[in-house]
Amino acid sequence: MHEFAIASSVLQAVQTEVRLRPGMRVSKIGVRIGDLAGLDPDALRFCFQALTKETDLESVVLVIERKPRRQRCSRCAHEFVVVNYETSCPECGEGLTAFLSGDELDLAYLEMEDV
Amino acid sequence: MTQIPLERKVLNENGRIADELRARFAEHGILCLNLVSSPGAGKTSLLERTLEAFAPTRRVAVLTGDIQTDNDAVRLARFGFPALQITTGGTCHLDARMIEKAIARWNLTDLDVLLIENVGNLVCPSSYDLGEAAKIVVLSVTEGEDKPLKYPAMFFRSELLILNKIDLLPYLPFRIALARENAQKVHPGMEIIEVSCLTGEGLPAWQAWLESKVASSAKTMAAT
Repeated sequence: MHEFAIASSVLQAVQTEVRLRPGMRVSKIGVRIGDLAGLDPDALRFCFQALTKETDLESVVLVIERKPRRQRCSRCAHEFVVVNYETSCPECGEGLTAFLSGDELDLAYLEMEDV
Repeated sequence: MTQIPLERKVLNENGRIADELRARFAEHGILCLNLVSSPGAGKTSLLERTLEAFAPTRRVAVLTGDIQTDNDAVRLARFGFPALQITTGGTCHLDARMIEKAIARWNLTDLDVLLIENVGNLVCPSSYDLGEAAKIVVLSVTEGEDKPLKYPAMFFRSELLILNKIDLLPYLPFRIALARENAQKVHPGMEIIEVSCLTGEGLPAWQAWLESKVASSAKTMAAT
């Protein structure tokens, strides 16, 4: 499990932003995780809490947005969300479809307040 | 309250180092491949068979990652090519900085191929770009046909699937067509090669795949 390493990377990025904005504190962190990122949101939350416990960031809320996998059909160009690993086109049945999105592991935003 | 949009990769620092490595590999015409699998699927065996088939003049080097021991580097050094162990000491994957540090002792102008054997793990290594041209996932037929569905990130991010230990098929209920179908579901168009590192069956197809990649890396350098 590498959720601990990922949580550390999130924390480092947040600390960098905090240093850039003296006089403000972080209240919320928005993270985006695609279904194909290979990451468990609960484990990430657990690791993040363990890392921030008894620090200035202890009260920060980690908001995790899940992103489904999306594909585009190579034959009819239909775009669809993959359900139950089914990457064939639900419109025309074509098996060869191209990946559009769903492997995100992004730091989306921070919410900060004046101290 | 102020919302500050960040919109960047969580692993952007790893990504930055990986991009630098990729640029250096391209500059020297080096093909870098990242081999991933669960523990025991046969990454080291595949590398052994690959190295033993190379002429001694080939400019090849191997990096092998494990949590503990240098057993794999010892196994791979027997073939006379530079082989270096990266012992992660607990970390479940290799990251780009480990590769950067490990290759610092080599002169890249002496290399055409760099083969990286990742830590045996079908989850974590999928998140870490090492600057490779392609990931190759090894799945052995003793593991179950549904592995691509259970570990979609790894199979999605790998260009080639090596189905290893096919010599055992007569003794197992493993349905190879189903494994192929599952890989195609997760990664439509995925290339698949069936091999046995024990008997050598299928290895020529793998070697042909590898050589075509080596040729295109060298060509890319010649064009720049």
